[in-house]
Amino acid sequence: MLNLPKIEALESVQLRKDLTPYRVGDTVRVHYKIVEGEKERIQVFQGVVIRSRHAGLRSTFTVRKVSFGVGVERIFSAHSPYIGRIEIVQHGIVRRARLYYLRDLSGKKARLKARRDLSTQVAATPAAETTAQQ
Amino acid sequence: MNQHPGTIGRKVGMTQIFNADGTVDRVTIIEAPTVVVGKRTMEKDGYSALILGLDERKEKHTKKPAAGMYKKAGVTPKRVLRELRCSEEFAAGFEIGKKLPIDQIFEVGQIVDVQGVTRGRGFSGVFRRWHMAGSVMTHGSHEYKRHGGSIGTNMTPGRTLPGLKMPGHHGDKVRTALNIKIVRIMPETDMLLIDGAVPGTENGIVMVRGAVKKMGGKPKAKK
Repeated sequence: MLNLPKIEALESVQLRKDLTPYRVGDTVRVHYKIVEGEKERIQVFQGVVIRSRHAGLRSTFTVRKVSFGVGVERIFSAHSPYIGRIEIVQHGIVRRARLYYLRDLSGKKARLKARRDLSTQVAATPAAETTAQQ
Repeated sequence: MNQHPGTIGRKVGMTQIFNADGTVDRVTIIEAPTVVVGKRTMEKDGYSALILGLDERKEKHTKKPAAGMYKKAGVTPKRVLRELRCSEEFAAGFEIGKKLPIDQIFEVGQIVDVQGVTRGRGFSGVFRRWHMAGSVMTHGSHEYKRHGGSIGTNMTPGRTLPGLKMPGHHGDKVRTALNIKIVRIMPETDMLLIDGAVPGTENGIVMVRGAVKKMGGKPKAKK
């Protein structure tokens, strides 16, 4: 009668465990597959993760960038098969989970401080992930 | 009457699945480990139907006449029993005491009707029950904000007409969602994935049958 494990079993097959783990405040490059008619191409969307919604397979994350002076936000389905890969450009230092305040800031104010340990962090995460899986 | 093949099941919940083209299907999961408990036959009962059972019932909670029926069929006592009217030829294809194979009854892409008991909402006002707008909340309104308005005229006809929309019990009624598509069939776990929402609560009993308005809704039959 327990239903949640049954739903999770169905969802777990579709989860994208291969994607690089990201956090709110990170500057990421999302390689997203785009199909136009017959042709397929990869579009890269670079920006700051301002929100991450954790809901199993239905998880999403929002990436914000400023393009030609206009703020653009894009919501990605975190486990979509159309996400090729996620690159982490910079880890940001943030103190909250939802960075909506960035919408009201512009220019130099809208920057986030970067964590210095990017190289070690990126190297360390896959290793940490494998131990977690075992 | 809907005589298309079907089954009974339990609504597990909803989720979404990704398609190959990147789109998402919102699906309801229905679990249907149904067993054929018996049959109604033309000779004995005057109509033909399959009797399907779902979920286990404890031996000590089973009435003796029912227990005898289960024993005869060679199955454990069931909690839910439903009859599904069908043709004699169709009923002949299934054996009493065996599990109903959902992959033989349904096809992926088939259009089905799903029947269930809607969530009970208790005694509800006209806002919730009939989506009435009520009257203005400001401009000095008082004691008349969520009311349904007039319920009739004075001398002619001098009474309130039957069937007028008023507050009352809402929900907890048998309702059928027509013409919804089967997205996936998983015989190994007895699960059906059905496009969109279906009536009822989680753990509620639903009946899934070929669509009555689409000649059973099989993809091949449409052509």
